[in-house]
Amino acid sequence: MPKVLVDWLYVGVFAVVGTIMAVLPLVVVWLLAPRLDQPQKTLTYESGVIPFGQAWAQFNVRYYLFALVFVVFDVEVIYLYPWAVVFRQLGWFAFVEMLIFLLILFVGLGYAWRKGALEWT
Amino acid sequence: MDWLIEILKAIGLALVIFTYLAVVGAMFGVYMERKISGWIQARLGPKHVGPQGLLQTIADTLKLLQKEHITPRNADVAIFNTAPIIVAVAGLLDWVVIPFGKVGDRVLVVRDLNIGVLYFAAMASLTVVGILAGGWSSNNKYALLGGLRSASQMISYEIPLALGILWVVLAAETLSTVGIVNAQAGSGTWAVLDWFVFQWFPFGFIAFLIFLTAATAEVNRVPFDLPEAESELVAGYFAEYTGMRFALFQLGEYAEAFAMAALATIMFLGGWLEPALPAFVWLAIAIGALAVAAVILFSGARQVLVVRPILILTLTTAAVGVLMFAGVQAGRSPVLPSVVWFLLKMFSLVFFLMWMRWTYPRLRLDQLLGFSWKALLPAGLLNLLVTGLYMLVRR
Repeated sequence: MPKVLVDWLYVGVFAVVGTIMAVLPLVVVWLLAPRLDQPQKTLTYESGVIPFGQAWAQFNVRYYLFALVFVVFDVEVIYLYPWAVVFRQLGWFAFVEMLIFLLILFVGLGYAWRKGALEWT
Repeated sequence: MDWLIEILKAIGLALVIFTYLAVVGAMFGVYMERKISGWIQARLGPKHVGPQGLLQTIADTLKLLQKEHITPRNADVAIFNTAPIIVAVAGLLDWVVIPFGKVGDRVLVVRDLNIGVLYFAAMASLTVVGILAGGWSSNNKYALLGGLRSASQMISYEIPLALGILWVVLAAETLSTVGIVNAQAGSGTWAVLDWFVFQWFPFGFIAFLIFLTAATAEVNRVPFDLPEAESELVAGYFAEYTGMRFALFQLGEYAEAFAMAALATIMFLGGWLEPALPAFVWLAIAIGALAVAAVILFSGARQVLVVRPILILTLTTAAVGVLMFAGVQAGRSPVLPSVVWFLLKMFSLVFFLMWMRWTYPRLRLDQLLGFSWKALLPAGLLNLLVTGLYMLVRR
């Protein structure tokens, strides 16, 4: 079997065994722990008072903005990985090319910064 | 049928790694954290359960195993149940690519994936999914907000984390963890300077600092632990989790913290490689450490509890220094087993993480996120570019 396939077979087995190892304590709890359903117990915690309003409340759009900026830079980082691996074998051309790419994204970061997308929460 | 043999080998290795994680990571790591936290806070930490409190974590686990699992009303039960498992498995899957040492020609690693560090970064990102799932499905406003804040923090720090990794990939020309350690193996008496943390000073060191900071934020440790701070959003995303589910969250985060420390030693501190220094340097290190220990022990300072971790550090350094001095003089190479070196370095970083926890105040979320996007990201990119330029010019 090609080594690459065996590699990922190992990862797959690890994931399965890991999930079993994580579920095992939960099974033990299901066997050992008491289960006493009282209505007060299932109230969600809100600093000691009865929860007010819907739990799935609207949240600020700033969380979404951070996720958006993250996606852009994560894709940039993905492009950087193969560049970094073969960098030594490539010459100045590859460096300048990547420099231009990063500069464009730097400008993007600057725009987001100025527009306040990276502010507060 | 050899795929069946491979599956059996994989299961065996998985059980070995999980035992190691359970014993070293969970039991010893938690004990170490509680003891060191105690000493820094002028108290003793666990003492009664077992000799010197070593069995405390076992007692805690047994206690948690018989706590009731309470599911909040109107919670999304399916996601609520799977979230802790995702976090735990993400922390465990990291360990596939971590090499522990080298015995003869064999590297002690589960599987040397050809995309090692990229895989590691991907597994570290899985935790975010679990945290978001846990926060969302709890039907608790505070858990939701805590989950979102934690997720924002973790994704913000993934870019500097990747930039730190990229610096090492640039220097080592390979994504494989074993390849990265091999790229740091120098020859000669001062070969320790081939470690990436010392390479092309100060660029390697800057990359090391960026990676370490981002790793601390990734695993939600102080000074970046706002999402799970007890005094803030009441434990944030795992507010509604009881008993073993809560323990699984903690296990996943601990395993991840240890994995980050392990990756940092592999990428920057030479992994399992022995620091090659001339004999007189080892003697100097040993004498210096012993001097510090003596000053502490023979002054009034020994009654202060916070000196105990310092004593542990200095006495370990002195022991290693003496052993290395004797070994290098005798011409043995290597003096100490590679696994010992790997664990020593990894635990030094873990100790450093714990030390930071009780030294620095918590950063506010906007300070945290601002620091990542406005400081670490540009610094990481700049460091990468300058190093690339330096490599081209030197050639």
